[in-house]
Amino acid sequence: MFLKAQLFAGLMAVTLPFVAAPVPAQASNEVKIGVVLTYSGGAAQFGEQIDRGMALYMETNPEAFGGHSVTLIKRDSKRPGGDIAKNAVQELITEEDVDILAGFVFSPNAMASAPLATQGEVPMIIMNAGTAWIPSLSPYIARVSFTMWHAGYPLGQYAANTLGCQTAAVGYTDYPPGKDSRNAFQTGFESAGGSLIDDIPMGGPREVPDFTPFFQRVKDAAPDCFYVFVPAGNHATAVIKTFASLGMADAGIRLIGPGDITQDTKLQDMGDDAVGLITMHHYAADYQNPENQAFVAAWKAAYGEDSTPDFMAVGGWDGMAAIASAIVAQDGDVTAEGTMAALRGWEFDSPRGHIMIDPETRDIVMDSNVHEVVRRDDGRLGIDVLATVPQVADPCKALAIGRCGE
Amino acid sequence: MANRASPGDPVVFLRDRTRWQWPEALPWILAVAIFFLQPITLNLGVQILITIIFALSLDLILGYGGVVTLGHAAYFGTGAYATGMLSAHLGWNEPISGLLAGASAAGIVGFVTGWVLLRYHGLALLMLTLALGIMMSEFANVTEAWTGGFDGLSGISIDPIFGIFENDLWRRNYYWYSLIVLFLVFLACRRIVHSAFGRSLVGIRENTQRMRAIGSPVHLRLVTIYTISAFMAGTAGALYAQVNAYVTLDVLSFARSGTVLIVLVLGGTGRLYGAFIGAFLYILIEDELAKEYPAYWELGLGFILVLAALFFRTGILGALESATGLFRRRAP
Amino acid sequence: MPGFVTAAVSIFFDGLAYAMLLFVISVGLSVTMGLMGFVNLAHGAFAMAGGYVTVAAMNMLGVPFIPALVLAFVIVAIISIPLERLLYAPLYKAGELDQVLMSIGIIFMAIAGVTLIFGPNPPAIVLPDFLKGQVDLGFKTFPTYRFFMIIVGIVMVVVLWLGFERTIIGAKIRAAVDNRQMAQAVGIDVDKLFILTFAMGSGLAAIGGGLAIDIVGISPTFAFNYLVLFLIVVSVGGLGSLRGAFLAAIVLGVIDTAGKYIWPEGGAFFIYVVTVAVLLVRPNGFFGKGETE
Repeated sequence: MFLKAQLFAGLMAVTLPFVAAPVPAQASNEVKIGVVLTYSGGAAQFGEQIDRGMALYMETNPEAFGGHSVTLIKRDSKRPGGDIAKNAVQELITEEDVDILAGFVFSPNAMASAPLATQGEVPMIIMNAGTAWIPSLSPYIARVSFTMWHAGYPLGQYAANTLGCQTAAVGYTDYPPGKDSRNAFQTGFESAGGSLIDDIPMGGPREVPDFTPFFQRVKDAAPDCFYVFVPAGNHATAVIKTFASLGMADAGIRLIGPGDITQDTKLQDMGDDAVGLITMHHYAADYQNPENQAFVAAWKAAYGEDSTPDFMAVGGWDGMAAIASAIVAQDGDVTAEGTMAALRGWEFDSPRGHIMIDPETRDIVMDSNVHEVVRRDDGRLGIDVLATVPQVADPCKALAIGRCGE
Repeated sequence: MANRASPGDPVVFLRDRTRWQWPEALPWILAVAIFFLQPITLNLGVQILITIIFALSLDLILGYGGVVTLGHAAYFGTGAYATGMLSAHLGWNEPISGLLAGASAAGIVGFVTGWVLLRYHGLALLMLTLALGIMMSEFANVTEAWTGGFDGLSGISIDPIFGIFENDLWRRNYYWYSLIVLFLVFLACRRIVHSAFGRSLVGIRENTQRMRAIGSPVHLRLVTIYTISAFMAGTAGALYAQVNAYVTLDVLSFARSGTVLIVLVLGGTGRLYGAFIGAFLYILIEDELAKEYPAYWELGLGFILVLAALFFRTGILGALESATGLFRRRAP
Repeated sequence: MPGFVTAAVSIFFDGLAYAMLLFVISVGLSVTMGLMGFVNLAHGAFAMAGGYVTVAAMNMLGVPFIPALVLAFVIVAIISIPLERLLYAPLYKAGELDQVLMSIGIIFMAIAGVTLIFGPNPPAIVLPDFLKGQVDLGFKTFPTYRFFMIIVGIVMVVVLWLGFERTIIGAKIRAAVDNRQMAQAVGIDVDKLFILTFAMGSGLAAIGGGLAIDIVGISPTFAFNYLVLFLIVVSVGGLGSLRGAFLAAIVLGVIDTAGKYIWPEGGAFFIYVVTVAVLLVRPNGFFGKGETE
C-alpha cells in the first residue's frame, strides 16, 4: 500500500483539486457522486481535508470500485447556513442526475438537504456533520463520521470515574453541535455521579471570540474539570492558549473535551500548553494500527511531509470506502434502495479502527478513545491512547434523549 | 411631445414618463425564453427572480429615497421567518396568503424601525441599520424554539398554488409563480416612482433641506417609502421561504444585506431595471465562478467590484445609458 | 477578597486589554474616515495583512515577535500607499455607495489572496517566553500577554496624542478633519496628508493584526469577521477623534467583557445594544464633529 501511495504521489501532485480523476473503467458503469463541501471561506480547511481523504482513497484503492468508474461532481456549500448546500443538492439531483450525495461539513447543510434526499430518492453519505439526530431526517441518510455523543457521553463517565472529577463546568460554542456535545457530557457525567456547576455558552461558531472572560469566570468558580466544546479549527487553538495564559491548570482545573480541540492539523501549533490534555475522540493521526500507518504515509506522500490528515480526512476516506463497497455490492448498477441496503451493517477496517454502520439507525458504530497529548522524543507533539471504549453506538439514540428519541 | 402640450405641463410630463417604452419588454421576454430554452437551470432562475424583487425593494429607498442601508436583510428575513413559521408551527400552508402575511410582517417591522432610523443619516444611519440586522439575527438565534436557531427552520410544507401547482424539484411551477410576483411588485414600483410621491422622494434625495423648506413632510414621506420597501423585501423573503421550504439565519445576515447592495449598485441605482441587470449578472457570475473555482471565487468577484466602483460608477445600466440613450431620463 | 470584587477586577483588566486591541486597529480607520470621508470597510484587511506579515516574518525568517510587529507596520504602511493612490483616491469625491462597493471588493480579493498564499488554515506563532505565563499582583494573577497589550496600547495613545497635538503635521491633520476646504485654502497639501494618515492608519492596523494572533487568531476571513466591530468603535467614538476612538474602545471592550463574564447567554447582544443606544442619542458618536450637509 505504501509503494502504491508513492506511485500515485506524482499523479496527485498534478491533479487539480477540482478535477476529479475518474477511476479507470473496465466494465463500464459510471457512478456519479455529488460532493457538497465547504471549498471557500473560513471553513475551506474542513472541505479540503474531506476532499483529500476522498481523493486519496480513490487513488490508493482503484480496485475497490470493482472496475466501475466514479465521477465526483463538486459543489461549494460555503457557509454553515443550509441554503447554499440545499441549492447545490437540488442542482446535483435535477441537473447532474447524481446517484449518491456525499460530504456535508456543517449540520445545517445536511439538515437542509435531507428532504431533497427523500424527495429525489438519492442516498446521502454524511462525512462530517455531527448533530445526533440527522439520520432520522431521511431514510436515505447514512453517516460515516461521528455524533457529538460518541465523545461527550463516554468522556463524562471517564471524567467522573477515572479522572476523579466531582464537579465540572462546561463551556461550549453556542450552536446545535455545541449544545449537543454539552448535553452528551452532562448526561454521561451526571450518570456517573458528578455534578455540573457552571454552564457557559461561548459565542457563535463563525468567529473566534476572546475566550478570556468565559474562562476567567470558570477559573473563579474552580471546578475539578472544565469540559470545552468548540468547532475544530481556529477556535481550538485559542482555547488552549487562553487556558494556559490564565494559569488554570495551576489553579487545579483540568481541561478536557472532545478531540476537536486537539485536532491533528492544529496540534503542533499548540506548543507545550497542550501537553497533558485529556480528550476523547475516534481518530488521531498517531494511531498505530496498520491501516492508519498506511493511510498517513500515503497522505504525506501525496500532500507533503508537513501535511497531516485529521478526523475529517478519515471521514472522507471511510465515506469513499463505503461508497465503493455499495457500488461493488450492486455491481455498478446503483439504485437508492440497493445502496442503502449495502450500507446498512457495512463494516470496515478504517484508519480509526473497526467501524460499522448500524443497520437500525444508519449511524456509525466505532471505538471512542481517551487521548492524552504528549511530547515525543523528536520534539513534536503526539497523541497517546490511554483507554478505549469499544464499539460505541450513538448513546443519544440508545438512550432516546430529546429529538434522538423521535 | 411638444406639439401635444406645452412641455412645462406637469401632468403631461408625468404621463410621458410613465408611458411604456419597447425596451422594457426585453426582461420579460428573456424571462419567458429562459423557461422554454433553459440556458440556466430554473432553480437558478428562481433565485435570480427573488433577488430582483429584493433589489427592487432596496432601489425604492436607496435609488429614489437616497437612504443608504447595510441592514435590508432584516426585512427579507422577517418575511422569510414569518411565512416559514406560519407554515411550520400553525399549519398555515396556503401559499398566496402566506406570502402576503410574510410581506405584511416585514412591512410592520419596516414601519416601526423606519420611524426611528430615518431620523438619522450618514455614518450613524449606516451603523444603525447594520446593528439592526445583526440584532435581528441574534434574536432569531436565541429564540430557537420558534425559529429553529442555527439549525434552521424545517417543517415548512407549502400547499400547491390554487391547489394545483406544487413545488416540484425542477421548480417549473415556482418559476412562473416567482415571475408573476416579480411582475406585480415591479408594476407597483413603477407606479410609485413615476407618481408625484415618487418625484418628491427624488427631491428629498437631491436636496433634503430644500424639500423641508418648501413644506414637504420629509420624514413621513421617507417612512412611507421605507415601509413599502420593507413590505417588498418581505415579499422576496417569503417567496424564498416557500421555494426552499427551509429558512436559516442566513436570511438575516449582513452578507445578504451586503450582497443586495452590491447587486443593485452594479446594476445601477434609481432606475428599477438596474435591479434586473445586477441580480441577473451577479448571480450568474457568482454561480459560474463558484462552480469552476469554488475555493477562489472571491478573487474574481472582488476584482469585478473594484473595477465597477472605479470605472462604472453609475452601474452597468448607467454605462449602457450613456452609450445608447436607452432608458434615458427625460427630466428637464 | 470578596468574589464580586475579584470578578470586577478581572473584567476591568481583561476588558482593558481587549479594548487596546480594538483601539490599535480602529484608530487608523477613525482618522482616515474623519479626514477623507471614506467609508473604508476594508480596513480590517490591513490588520489581517499585518497579522500574516508577522506570522511570515516569525515562522519563515525567524524574526522575534516585537521586531516582527514593527516589520508588519512598515511593510503594510508601504503597501498601502500605492493602494491609496490607485484605488481610494479616485473615489474620495464619490458617494458612500461606491466606496462601500469598492472596499467590499478589496475584502474579497484580500480573503482570496491570503487563502492562495497561506492556505485557509489560521497560522500560529510561538510567543517569546517573557510574554508567556502570568503576572502575580498578590491578590490575583493575570496573563502577561494582556499586560503587554495594555502597555502597547498606552504607548500608542501617548505617541499618537503627542503626534496629533504637539506636531505641525498633527495640527494640519486636525485642521483638515475640521474643515478640509479651509485647510486647503490656507495652503495645506491635503493630498500628502491623506497618503500619510492612510499609511499610518494601515500600519497601526497591521500591528493590531499581529497582536490579535494570540488573542483571537487570524485567518483569511479575519477582515470580514471583525469588520463590524471596528466600524462600531469608530462610529461610537466619533469620526476623526483620537480620544473618541480611545474612549469607545474602552467602553465597548469593558462592556463586552463584562457581558460575557456575567451573562454569557446574552453574549453578542450587549455590544450592539450599547452601540445603538449611543448612536440614537449621539448620532455623531462621543466626540464626532457635527454633520456638514
